[in-house]
Amino acid sequence: MYQYDEYDRALVFERVAQFRDQVQRFMGGELSEEEFLPLRLQNGLYLQKHAYMLRVAIPYGTLGARQMRTLAMIAREYDRGYGHFTTRQNIQFNWIELAQVPDILQRLAEVEMHAIQTSGNCVRNITTEAFAGVAADELLDPRPLAEILRQWSTINPEFLFLPRKFKIAICSAREDRAAIMMHDIGLYLYRDAQGQMCLRVMVGGGLGRTPILGLQIREGLPWQHLLSYVEAILRVYNRHGRRDNKYKARIKILVKALGIDAFAREVEQEWQHIKDGPAQLTEDEFQRVAAAFEPPAYASVVDEALAYETHLAQDHAFARWVACCVKPHKVPGYASVVLSTKPGEASPPGDLTAAQMEAVADWSEQFGFGEIRIAHEQNLILPDVRKQDLHALWRLACERDLGTANIGLLTDIIACPGGDFCALANAKSIPIAQSIQRCFDDLDYLHDLGELSLNISGCINACGHHHIGNIGILGVDKNGSEWYQITLGGAQGKHSTLGKVIGPSFSAAEIPRVIEQIIATYCAYRELDEPFVDTVRRVGLEPFKERVYGKRPEALICVM
Amino acid sequence: MRNVIALRNGEAQLLADDGWQLLRHVEQPLPEGLLILPLADWLDREAQQPAGRDGLWLGPDDEIEALEPWLAQVALIAIDFPSFRDGRGYSQAYLLRTRLGWQGELRAVGDVLRDQLSHMRQCGFDSFAVREDKCAEDALKGLAGMSVLYGRSVIEPRPLFRRR
Repeated sequence: MYQYDEYDRALVFERVAQFRDQVQRFMGGELSEEEFLPLRLQNGLYLQKHAYMLRVAIPYGTLGARQMRTLAMIAREYDRGYGHFTTRQNIQFNWIELAQVPDILQRLAEVEMHAIQTSGNCVRNITTEAFAGVAADELLDPRPLAEILRQWSTINPEFLFLPRKFKIAICSAREDRAAIMMHDIGLYLYRDAQGQMCLRVMVGGGLGRTPILGLQIREGLPWQHLLSYVEAILRVYNRHGRRDNKYKARIKILVKALGIDAFAREVEQEWQHIKDGPAQLTEDEFQRVAAAFEPPAYASVVDEALAYETHLAQDHAFARWVACCVKPHKVPGYASVVLSTKPGEASPPGDLTAAQMEAVADWSEQFGFGEIRIAHEQNLILPDVRKQDLHALWRLACERDLGTANIGLLTDIIACPGGDFCALANAKSIPIAQSIQRCFDDLDYLHDLGELSLNISGCINACGHHHIGNIGILGVDKNGSEWYQITLGGAQGKHSTLGKVIGPSFSAAEIPRVIEQIIATYCAYRELDEPFVDTVRRVGLEPFKERVYGKRPEALICVM
Repeated sequence: MRNVIALRNGEAQLLADDGWQLLRHVEQPLPEGLLILPLADWLDREAQQPAGRDGLWLGPDDEIEALEPWLAQVALIAIDFPSFRDGRGYSQAYLLRTRLGWQGELRAVGDVLRDQLSHMRQCGFDSFAVREDKCAEDALKGLAGMSVLYGRSVIEPRPLFRRR
C-alpha cells in the first residue's frame, strides 16, 4: 500500500486545521450557509435528511487493517455503530455531528486517510477495480497511476470549482471491473506492440439523468502524458462546460454538444501547449510510487491443496461459497475472497457494523497481508488468501454474517442509501432491496439462476448505478408518492450497456411480484445455462413486458 | 477600489482605496481617474484613442485569447467571479500568465472571499478585491493556503514530484 511521506502527511493535517477553522467560523456565523456549503462538500460533508453525513475517501478502494479499525472506531464513537460502503469505493457515516467533524478528520489523518474531494464540483476519488494487483487477468497494475492521479487532483487550485463533479476511473485487466465507460474520464492501461505502457482514454461517460457511455478520445497515450492530458481535458471542460443548469453541466453534455471529434480537437490543441512541460511524468516518480505496490512476500505454495479439495468435495455450502465468492489470483495457491455485505434482510447493502469492520481487519492480518479492498458493488475483498485458509475464513465470515454465498447473484443488490437517509432521493431503496431479498432467499435457487445484477437508485442521480444493472430499479416521485421504474438489459464491463425501461412504474408493494415475474420469464426463455442478460438481449423486452403487464394485478407470489 | 489585498514583491499589502474604479457598465462621459473597463469597452476606447492607462475586466465568458495583441497597452487585468463557485476565472488566470505571458497586475474581482484566496494566488492573481461586505484583514488569513501543492500552478510550475 502507498505510505504517506512528510508532504502527504503535512497536507492532510493542514487540511484538518483549515477545516476546523472553517467549521468554527460557520458555527460562529462568520460564514454563511452558502459560503460554507462548497467548503464542507469538498471535505466530504453532506447535510442529509436527519443529520450530517461524512463520506471518507478510500483511494482506489484500498484499506489497511489499521485504517479499517479507525473506521470502526469512528462508527462506534461518532456514529451509531455502523458505516455504509458506497459504489465509489468510499465509506459514509450517516449520523454525524458537525462540531465533531474536525476531530474525526484528525483521527483519519493519523492513519493516512481523509475526506478531501469526496463531494463537490471537483475531481472525486479516483477509482479502479477491487482486484488490482492480484487479479489473474490483469495486464498491468493500475494502482501506481491511480495514486499519482489522486495526488495531482487533490486541491489542484485550477479545478476546484468545475461546472459539476468529475469522476475518473482506471483499469487494466481483460475484464473491466471498474466500469470505466461510465466515468467522466475512463482510462484503460495496457502495453502497446512495442511493450510501452500506454493509455486508452475515454471521455464523457456517466449515469445520472442522461446516461451515456464514454467515447474514446485517445488511443496509445504514453503514460508519461497522463497528467498533462487529463489537465487538458479538465481545462477545456472548466472553460466551456455549461454552468447554467446543473443537469446539463457534466462533461458528457459538452462532449455531446461539440461532438467527440470537435471536443478531441480542443483537447489536443490545449494539450500541445503543455504536453512536454514539467507535468510530464518521470520514470523516477513512477518507480517511487510503484514501489509501494510491490507484491507482498507470497509463500511459495507447493501442493497444499489436499485439505482444501477435501472440504470442497465434502461441504456443499462451502463449495457454493467458493463458487461465487472466491476469485482467481495471479499467484498459485492464493485466491481473493469477496465478503458479501448483503446477507439479506438483516442489513442494508453496503452496511457494516463496527464489530464486523474489526473482524475484517483481523482476518486481513490473519489470512493476508493486512490489506482490504472495497468493491464498487459495495462488498469487501481480502485480496491475498491462501487456498488452504479458505475454509477457516469462510466459517469465521459466516459467524459474522459476511459469508453469504451470493456474490454476483440476484440478492447481491447494489443500492444507494435512498430516501431513508438521502435528501436528494425521490424514494426509498433499502426496503425495496429487503423485500426482494426476502422473496429470493433460497441460495440453491439463486445459484441456479446464475449471474444476475440488480441495482437500485433512489433517484435519477443514479448512485445505485441502476442503468447498468441487468435489472435496474429507479425510484421516482409521482405526485408525492414513491414509485419504481424497472429497466432490463443493463450491463457493466467491456460490454457495457444501458438498460431499457420496460414500462410504467410500480408501487413498492408490487416490486417483489414484478421481479418474480421477470425471473419466471427468464427461466421460461433461458437456453441451457444462459445468463440472464444474454436471454434479455436475445429475446428482447417483449416477453418480459407481457408477463409483467399482461395480467395485472396478480396475487403476490414468492414461490421458489 | 476598496478592500484590496495586493502582493507587492511577495509581500501582501492591504489597500483601503487604491485609486482604481471598476466600471461594471460604461456610461458616457467616463469618470476621471484610473478605470477598469469591460473588455469590449476597453477595446473600443483603445481603438479610438490609445491611452494605455486603463485597465480592463474579463467576465467568465470572455475569451482571453482576444487580448493577445493588446497586452502591451493594458495597465491592469481584472477577472470577475460573479459567484465564487464559478471556477472559470482560475483557468483564465492560468492561461493569461502561462500562455499569454501577462506580467502585469492580475486582480480578482466580484465574489472574492477568504477561503478561495490561496487558490487564486496559485493561479496567478496578485491582487484581490475582497467582497466589500467582508473584512479584508480577515481575508488576508486565507492567502497563504496550505504548504503542500501536489500539482503545479503559476507560482510553482514544477509539480511536487519534481521537487520531492
